[in-house]
Amino acid sequence: MKTASSIALAFGALLVFAIPRVAHAEVDCLGCHGDKSLQDAAGKSVGVDAGTFGASLHGNLKCGDCHSTIKDYPHPDPATPVKCESCHTGEAEGLVGSVHANRAEHPCTSCHGDAHAIFPKSDPRSAVYPLNVPRTCGNCHGNDALAKKHGLPNVYPMYLDSIHGFALSREGLLVAANCQSCHGSHHILSHTDPQSPTYKSNIPNTCGKCHAGITDNYLGGVHGKAVAKGNLNAPVCSDCHTAHAILQPTEASFRMQSTPICGSCHKDKLSTYRDTFHSQLGSLGGYVETARCWDCHGAHDVLPASDPKSPIAPANLVVTCGKCHAGANASFVQYQPHANAHNRKLNPALYYTRLFMNVLLIGVLAFFAIHTILWLVRSRYQQVKTRSAKGGNNG
Amino acid sequence: MADLQQAAESKVQSHAGERYFMRFTRAQRYMHAVLFTTFLGLAATGLPMRFSESFWARRFASGVGGFGTIIFFHKFFALVLTVAFLIHLKEVFTRGLVHREKGIFWGNTSMVANWKDVKDLFGHMRWFIGLGPKPKFERYAYWEKFDYWAVFWGMVVIGFSGYAMWFAPFFARFLPGWALNAVLVIHSEEGLLAILFIFSIHFVNTHLRPDSFPMDMVIFTGVESEEEFKTKRPEEYQRVAAEGKLETRLGVKPPLWLLNFSKAVGYTAIFIGLLLLVLTLSAYFGS
Repeated sequence: MKTASSIALAFGALLVFAIPRVAHAEVDCLGCHGDKSLQDAAGKSVGVDAGTFGASLHGNLKCGDCHSTIKDYPHPDPATPVKCESCHTGEAEGLVGSVHANRAEHPCTSCHGDAHAIFPKSDPRSAVYPLNVPRTCGNCHGNDALAKKHGLPNVYPMYLDSIHGFALSREGLLVAANCQSCHGSHHILSHTDPQSPTYKSNIPNTCGKCHAGITDNYLGGVHGKAVAKGNLNAPVCSDCHTAHAILQPTEASFRMQSTPICGSCHKDKLSTYRDTFHSQLGSLGGYVETARCWDCHGAHDVLPASDPKSPIAPANLVVTCGKCHAGANASFVQYQPHANAHNRKLNPALYYTRLFMNVLLIGVLAFFAIHTILWLVRSRYQQVKTRSAKGGNNG
Repeated sequence: MADLQQAAESKVQSHAGERYFMRFTRAQRYMHAVLFTTFLGLAATGLPMRFSESFWARRFASGVGGFGTIIFFHKFFALVLTVAFLIHLKEVFTRGLVHREKGIFWGNTSMVANWKDVKDLFGHMRWFIGLGPKPKFERYAYWEKFDYWAVFWGMVVIGFSGYAMWFAPFFARFLPGWALNAVLVIHSEEGLLAILFIFSIHFVNTHLRPDSFPMDMVIFTGVESEEEFKTKRPEEYQRVAAEGKLETRLGVKPPLWLLNFSKAVGYTAIFIGLLLLVLTLSAYFGS
């Protein structure tokens, strides 16, 4: 053991002399800690790659600047943990009250990585470089056991498959939303906290940081106005698009999943929609072109039919229906996409049509069911009688 | 051995001695084949749309590549059936109006209902409960005429409402707006009625009842034995015999391959029909 450390010491010294950026005063520390396999009494790695450290953001600091409790050798093993907040006061203040406030559970290094290899967040080597953020957060938030323990969804895989995750991991888009774009970094608050950027009424602003145009549209529509008035039953971005597993809206799976989302509030409209051909076709996957809620009502700037700007305003129907139905005319748009065949007052013609068809169906089937059953019984009786008379079998 | 051989020969002879009579022409049998093929196709593609919420509809849709495939084949079968329907109309009017053939629009051999049908219906039902003798049926019994007209008007109603949806903007030129809502209700209810009727009532009345069980082969082979002719349609048999025209109706015993082929086709059709019936009922009462 002794020979091994002295060899390592000599090797470390050699290495240190080759790296001019590391101050000569640090040679003493690296004499031991230059051995990357070095462990403290608790079994934690205390080796330092002098080269990486020298190139890192903290490369100009002396060991003692952070490890201020260590003055002499031998020093206590394990050493007192470093207090990052002695310099990074703003970040430390941010952590107070955040979901990661517990420093023992969430030391700075849990996000920033190896303390001796901290790089600026614009550096691809940094754990908090935009393209690395999801993986860094995913270290914990991609862990089923941890998600279960904290009652959180396992969001990392959802994010990776989302349009944001795709843009980030496949295209390497720095502007693609990563975790901290929405959640912030140090002062991360629960979505139940009204101060949080992911609190329901703050979501339009949060998404609007990038999606400014859409947010403008949204704020002008009935849902945006309702949320602005404090009606938190009205949907915000994430209610339709989800928070993490955000899909490309033209994708079949998004078109398939969204109608029930609108219907979770607009129950009567969903049920009358379900009776129409639009819905019947739409329920059978693979034909996603059939009209879903937002194809007629608009997606972000939903407006009531009484608003002349609404796509379902009477004057706009020919254009709106005509998006799919080439040749739609004034008479064609009299079609009611939410007609209720069970409501005599609202849709009398349809009500009586349905009633007539039902009476016809039940009447014909009931008559012939009785007719056929009686016939069957009588025929069989006759058959058995005739065959018995002939002495044959009755199979 | 000699005895056995003799017995076998006599059996063949007794069968060979049995006479067969024509009931349906080749064209009529083909028409029935086209009718049930397209009907099964329309039912198999229409039901998933009608019950699009059911698990089997979605499974089926995803299996065949989605709704697009289903509607394509629905329209395809609809077009074939429309052509068949038009050919039938032309045939009826040519025979009845151009060639002035008797018995097309009225009389014993017509499909048009007459007073005898009303009497037969009540007589038949009295017989069911043992209150009277079995009526003597003519060429087409009242339930057969009902089948015919149900299909006839069914095609008109379902066809018209179907085309109204297919070419909605065009039909909207002369139909009021609410009619576009109504055509779906009419199309699906009438279609459902047709499916439930054919796959339960028609199957039992025509094929599964004891007199014909398990299948009435006459619509496939075109001929039936003298025995069948006599017992199923005594009035027609007596009339034709009295007219001395039995000989003109004589046909040949259907070859074995035709019987087997007909059975294969017929059983397949009945099986598909019953399967669709079960799925329909499960979706109807399951939802």
